[in-house]
Amino acid sequence: MFPNAFRYEAPATLDEAIRLIAEHAYDAKVLAGGQSLLPMMKLRIAAPAVLIDLGGIGELKGWRETEEGLRIGALARHADLERAAALYGRYPLLSRTARWIADPLVRNRGTIGGSLAHADPASDWGTAMIALHAEVEAAGPEGSRRIPIDDFFVDTFVTSLEEGELVVAVHVPAPSGPVAARYMKLERKAGDFAIAGLAVHIVTDGDGRVAEAGIGICACGPVPLRAAKAEAALVGRPLTNDTIAEASRLVPEDADPADDLRGSSDYKRDLLRVFALRALREIAEELEGRASIA
Amino acid sequence: MKIAVKVNGRLYESDVEPRTLLAYYLRETLNLTGTHIGCDTTSCGACTVLLDGEAVKSCTVLAVQANGREVMTVEGLEQNGQLHPVQKAFWEAHALQCGYCTPGMLMASYALLQDNPAPTEAEIREALSGNICRCTGYVNIVKAVQLAARELSGEGQEALQEVEAHGASSN
Repeated sequence: MFPNAFRYEAPATLDEAIRLIAEHAYDAKVLAGGQSLLPMMKLRIAAPAVLIDLGGIGELKGWRETEEGLRIGALARHADLERAAALYGRYPLLSRTARWIADPLVRNRGTIGGSLAHADPASDWGTAMIALHAEVEAAGPEGSRRIPIDDFFVDTFVTSLEEGELVVAVHVPAPSGPVAARYMKLERKAGDFAIAGLAVHIVTDGDGRVAEAGIGICACGPVPLRAAKAEAALVGRPLTNDTIAEASRLVPEDADPADDLRGSSDYKRDLLRVFALRALREIAEELEGRASIA
Repeated sequence: MKIAVKVNGRLYESDVEPRTLLAYYLRETLNLTGTHIGCDTTSCGACTVLLDGEAVKSCTVLAVQANGREVMTVEGLEQNGQLHPVQKAFWEAHALQCGYCTPGMLMASYALLQDNPAPTEAEIREALSGNICRCTGYVNIVKAVQLAARELSGEGQEALQEVEAHGASSN
């Protein structure tokens, strides 16, 4: 299967990329890792007249710690984040999520920025970024801006990026205390998209109470969703069995799964509850000594 | 568009259409037909090659994206008429049925052993999770990777005797 013919552009700088995107507007598609876009082009679901390959733009690669947290360049590959041992301690959800994305060969190519801009409802990164309360940095002809992740996903495959804007980075706030995280997902087969999935990120204070809670829901609505009720039920409380059970029961209330060949909506809701229970129990155990479990 | 790609150590300069996928460039322009095309939807991994040392699905990379870079295909494993230890191990452990997926399996296994010379069975299965064997002959493929790991670490003779004594497909 071959994509439609297109004109190929490989800008060397971000400014040049922005200029090309402005010039070609809706005729153009931006290529990052290509692991979603190229299959769509091969199936002729997407047929851009111009393909703007960001692969040569050094300023979009890598990540660095800032005063407020972590800035991950849009071209950071899934495999880079999976293997970034320096980030395991303070940002454990990154590697825990990355290892669930597709398969190792796809992870060697796919990028976090491409994944977020693609806005798949089953996006593992989208779900994790919701749990991390991240912000997307977008750049366009008018300059750059930061978009809170909850405002970034508008609908299936639709983001709040303006015409002419592209994702250049994602910002993850630094945890204020001890942190633990889990990513859980049920797949039909190895490397598949989720039937349902959950990202959980917990930061505790010195007394073992939850200081920050983030829970993202995968593949259970038109976009990755936030389990806001469950988050609210956790903040300020210790991770006891009761707290965990209550929060887990609340997670499905913010989900909107569809009945499909992979399972009924009730089944997917219950999966989310079970994943939340397991994730929070594991997190509590991991933080034990710093957090109490009774 | 003109591209220059080093494939298995040799530099090729070609004029390709931008929409040419790397898998087709390797097969049809360079005649390196060891790289197979199975599913064409980034699922099966039969087209796996190394791009700058990393295993990727070459049906989901444009040839123009390989411009100025290095590619290693299954043809690059054999050196001076000698099979690579990974290839030998696939032979010894009979790690194939129809063999269609074998080039991709070999390349993914080679990439794994470069990064992790002594992988556990779980790590092998994870590393090969992007490669589908439609004959479902995974048991011997995993054994072959274990055998290759031991061969590369110098324990090969012992491992080989074990395979000969017990048969590759037993237990």
